Amino acid sequence: MKCKKCGAKASVNMRQHKLALCKEHYLEWVPEQTARFIKKYEMFTHYEKILVAVSGGKDSLGLWDILVRLGYQADGLYLGLGIDEGINYSHESQRLAQKYADEHQLKLHVVDIEKEYGQPIPVLADKSHRGYGKPCAVCGLAKRHEMNRIARDLGYDVLATGHNLDDEAAVLFGNTLAWASEFLLRQGPVLPSADGLARKVKPLCRFYEREMTAYCLARGIEYIYEECPFAEGSQSIYYKELLNQLETARPGAKLTFYLRFLEARKSGELFIENNVERAHLHPCSRCGQPTSAPDICSFCRMIEKVNAVTES
Amino acid sequence: MTVKLVLREKEYEVKPGMTLLDSLKRINILSESVIATREGEMILDDEILKDGEVVKLIAVISGGSMSLRSR
Repeated sequence: MKCKKCGAKASVNMRQHKLALCKEHYLEWVPEQTARFIKKYEMFTHYEKILVAVSGGKDSLGLWDILVRLGYQADGLYLGLGIDEGINYSHESQRLAQKYADEHQLKLHVVDIEKEYGQPIPVLADKSHRGYGKPCAVCGLAKRHEMNRIARDLGYDVLATGHNLDDEAAVLFGNTLAWASEFLLRQGPVLPSADGLARKVKPLCRFYEREMTAYCLARGIEYIYEECPFAEGSQSIYYKELLNQLETARPGAKLTFYLRFLEARKSGELFIENNVERAHLHPCSRCGQPTSAPDICSFCRMIEKVNAVTES
Repeated sequence: MTVKLVLREKEYEVKPGMTLLDSLKRINILSESVIATREGEMILDDEILKDGEVVKLIAVISGGSMSLRSR
């Protein structure tokens, strides 16, 4: 297979685009496309300060790399989750995030959940009895809470995450199976800022997961290859595998699924937009972030529960 | 007369002379879910694998805390 641009041997083939590229042209194509998506979805401008949520994985490090190559003011945020499970997972992922930052002279904010809240994620999950024996729900909750808090406290205009198309399609698939209309109406490349909520953007939302892997390999970016030890058997991975079976039989199926959803949502033909409201959100009496829960938010309630168990 | 394919700690052996895509089908791995490299260079589905070659398969799927919501 040959590169469509120069005729050299191709390194990456994207069947959904009927496009094969050599390494050099692929490394040009990815930032070009990212810039196009940033503009199309009006994510941010070169005048805004961007905080990139960096996990040490391929997507977030790839995103940071692309944004810096495109000339954006992008700092990183690493959240220390305290996941060890015998493979030093958090320690290794932090090392790789820091390594990338140091090699490119970039600023990386590091926030450690245990230092902030007294316990690492697995213990918070265990003591709060959330997530049916797996810490993933607590991990997601804590990450969303902390990313928003830090973006807001440090004065960033926008929070960027490395969600790729496979992530988005898997969430969409799960929410569609459950007809979770409220969540469906909120999903998109940009989640606008609201009272207390930072604008969140997903510049990689139209790249397949394998394209981000290819980007990091081609760029020589060292990322954490080991899967989070708690991710094994997760619902998101199961959905991704199902969608990849579909993609194998029908190239472009994942992309069409996501893009047609965005079109339908935008046109208003999906659900009646009036059903979406944030009017019931109010500031948490503890941390001040918006919540629909009475009095304090789910995160603070979880921390309160953990502290009560710890003290007893 | 074999080609070795390695995915994480697992090793698979297939006959030489097949394409990468056919080799992956033989060992029940979706081409969509991996990137194949040979001597550090990415190779594509139509590449014919030769005797004695070692192909490293890099899993592309990751997941975990993604809950079924958007915020």
